Amino acid sequence: MISLHGLTKEFPGGVRAIDALDLEIADGEFFALLGPSGCGKTTLLRTIAGLETPTRGRVAIGGVDVTATPPGRRDVAMVFQDYALFPHMDVTDNIAYPLRIRKVPRAERRARAAETAARLSLAELLARRPGQLSGGQQQRVALARAIACHPRAFLFDEPLSNLDARLRLEARTFLKRLQRDLAVTTVFVTHDQGEALALADRVAVMSGGRIMQVGTPAEVFQRPASTFVASFIGSTPMNLLPGEVRGGGLRVAGARLPLPQEAAGLPEGAGVVYGVRPEYVDLSPAPRPGAFAGRVAVLENLGTAHLVTLEVPAEDGEPPAGSEPGGATVQAVVPEGGEPALGEAVWAAPRHERALVYHDDVLLTRAPDRAAR
Amino acid sequence: MTSDPSGLGRGGAAALVLPALVLIGVFLVFPALWTIYLGLTDYRLTGLAAADPQVVGPANYLDALGDERFLGSTWLSVQYVLGSAVIGQACLGFAIAWLVRDRRGPLRRVVEGVVLLSWILPGSVVAYLWIALLDRDGGTLNALLNTPGAAWLLDHPMLSLVVFNTWRGTAFSMMLYAAALESVPPSHLETARLAGASAFQQLRDVVLPRIRGHVLTNLLLISLWTFNDFTPFLITAGGPEGASETLPVYVYIVALRDGELGVGAAVSFLILAVNLVFALVYLRLLRARGRDADVPAPARAATRTAA
Repeated sequence: MISLHGLTKEFPGGVRAIDALDLEIADGEFFALLGPSGCGKTTLLRTIAGLETPTRGRVAIGGVDVTATPPGRRDVAMVFQDYALFPHMDVTDNIAYPLRIRKVPRAERRARAAETAARLSLAELLARRPGQLSGGQQQRVALARAIACHPRAFLFDEPLSNLDARLRLEARTFLKRLQRDLAVTTVFVTHDQGEALALADRVAVMSGGRIMQVGTPAEVFQRPASTFVASFIGSTPMNLLPGEVRGGGLRVAGARLPLPQEAAGLPEGAGVVYGVRPEYVDLSPAPRPGAFAGRVAVLENLGTAHLVTLEVPAEDGEPPAGSEPGGATVQAVVPEGGEPALGEAVWAAPRHERALVYHDDVLLTRAPDRAAR
Repeated sequence: MTSDPSGLGRGGAAALVLPALVLIGVFLVFPALWTIYLGLTDYRLTGLAAADPQVVGPANYLDALGDERFLGSTWLSVQYVLGSAVIGQACLGFAIAWLVRDRRGPLRRVVEGVVLLSWILPGSVVAYLWIALLDRDGGTLNALLNTPGAAWLLDHPMLSLVVFNTWRGTAFSMMLYAAALESVPPSHLETARLAGASAFQQLRDVVLPRIRGHVLTNLLLISLWTFNDFTPFLITAGGPEGASETLPVYVYIVALRDGELGVGAAVSFLILAVNLVFALVYLRLLRARGRDADVPAPARAATRTAA
């Protein structure tokens, strides 16, 4: 278990990379630190590793306070973004390097390196130098080096970002299976929300040195706690539209929408943000109640679906003529074959049970009742 | 690929290279050959042999190789190179570069500035400064250590010169190693730290294999510079009693003070031969590295410049 209490890291010059952060990571958990660049996620990982000393707060691994313990005695292994393989050593020596530092006898460490390499399909490459390996092979050697010394925790810094797109998907599946088999606590840093959702048991979404939300991938995807998380998670960004409470309902971008039960306490005229994912917006060619009237401005082919961008009026009224900007936009994902034509007037109906309502950047709506779907 | 990628033709290419070749021939090749010839004569600065030098064959070379004064000078030069260049400049330069490697700001700039200052001052100026520092009567060092009357340059002439040249030349090694250390990725050092490697193990396993080419380049350059360095003459003039007479000083005294130009030329040629041996050994070492797949390109480029 890794526990962080009130962790703060300030760099010289007053930049606060981590700000009074508390976090508990359970044994065997695959945990993602997700956020845009500069949010402090890498600093946090390096602080757990001991490569950075926190300004305030404590780090405990397995119940032992390691805040003042040097990195070499924390029993954690880190895989860096550039893999950090030593170019003058062959694969065996690279994998066995931490064992050599721990004075494991030569025969034993070579055997353990070979065994770990075989597990990661590197058995044929033991005598090669890193310069003679492909990117994917280098990544597996770096993983093997981390695995071979049986640490208490793995720390991965953007483990997949140096691979090309196709290889990255393969490596992702491989990594998930490997972590499940080894069942070692793993913390990894990524800026790719898709990677975090696909790999992790739990995700911490970070911004400005703070954790905005911690939850399972399903929780942060379905129930983002703030508009920041809502806009950051999801391969197509969530529609976030300003609206207000009016006459017992919601008035958003020219549409009258039902007021969720949880928002019933809001006074008339209160400003809200209405969020719905493009995947949960249905298009129809005819007017419907509770739908945004809009005009198709952009069509993007996603392969099995289309991402349709509609221009909708910011206030009540007809769909805007032409494509002059000014109004809000609503995006919808339409399955293949169902896409409208460019410039066509359509009505976009959000699925109300999937809609999220934020007031003062706090999520009001509760999780949808699973039985209702 | 054509055999004539520039499109100049053989004549055009030769015309472009010719001026440089002429300059090299007149100012480098001819004097070297002339030195070999002079070394075979009894040419003198003044007197009968100056007007009509006679060829004496290899006598000058054989005399020098059998001369205790020449052999003593060679040994002093070896001490000077090992002490001030290999141990002093290279080790101190690396130590400074390593200590300031991840510092930015005023401290690093001050250290680098001070070290660099000793390197860019003219030799005559630093020689005067060191005489003023080490002088028996009224020297700064004696005032600092409260040891009036200690004659550093008389009692420890070689040690004084070694310390002096270490002080004077460390800047080059420091700058070269600082640049080399920049090429070591932080993640490699951090991987070693996470494995529990001590500072010595990090140096041995991560840093040195990576900067080997830079180390070789540096050792070659500072060895040659120190071996040929004439500044000791400005401080001790080879004395007392030849106790600090390194080879360049010996050549100067024999050829220009004693006027035996033929003998001086022979010894100069021997010095040139030693320099060639240095360069060849170094090139061999680098070529052995070249067979490795992962030689950093800068090391090869540096060889060319040095050669």
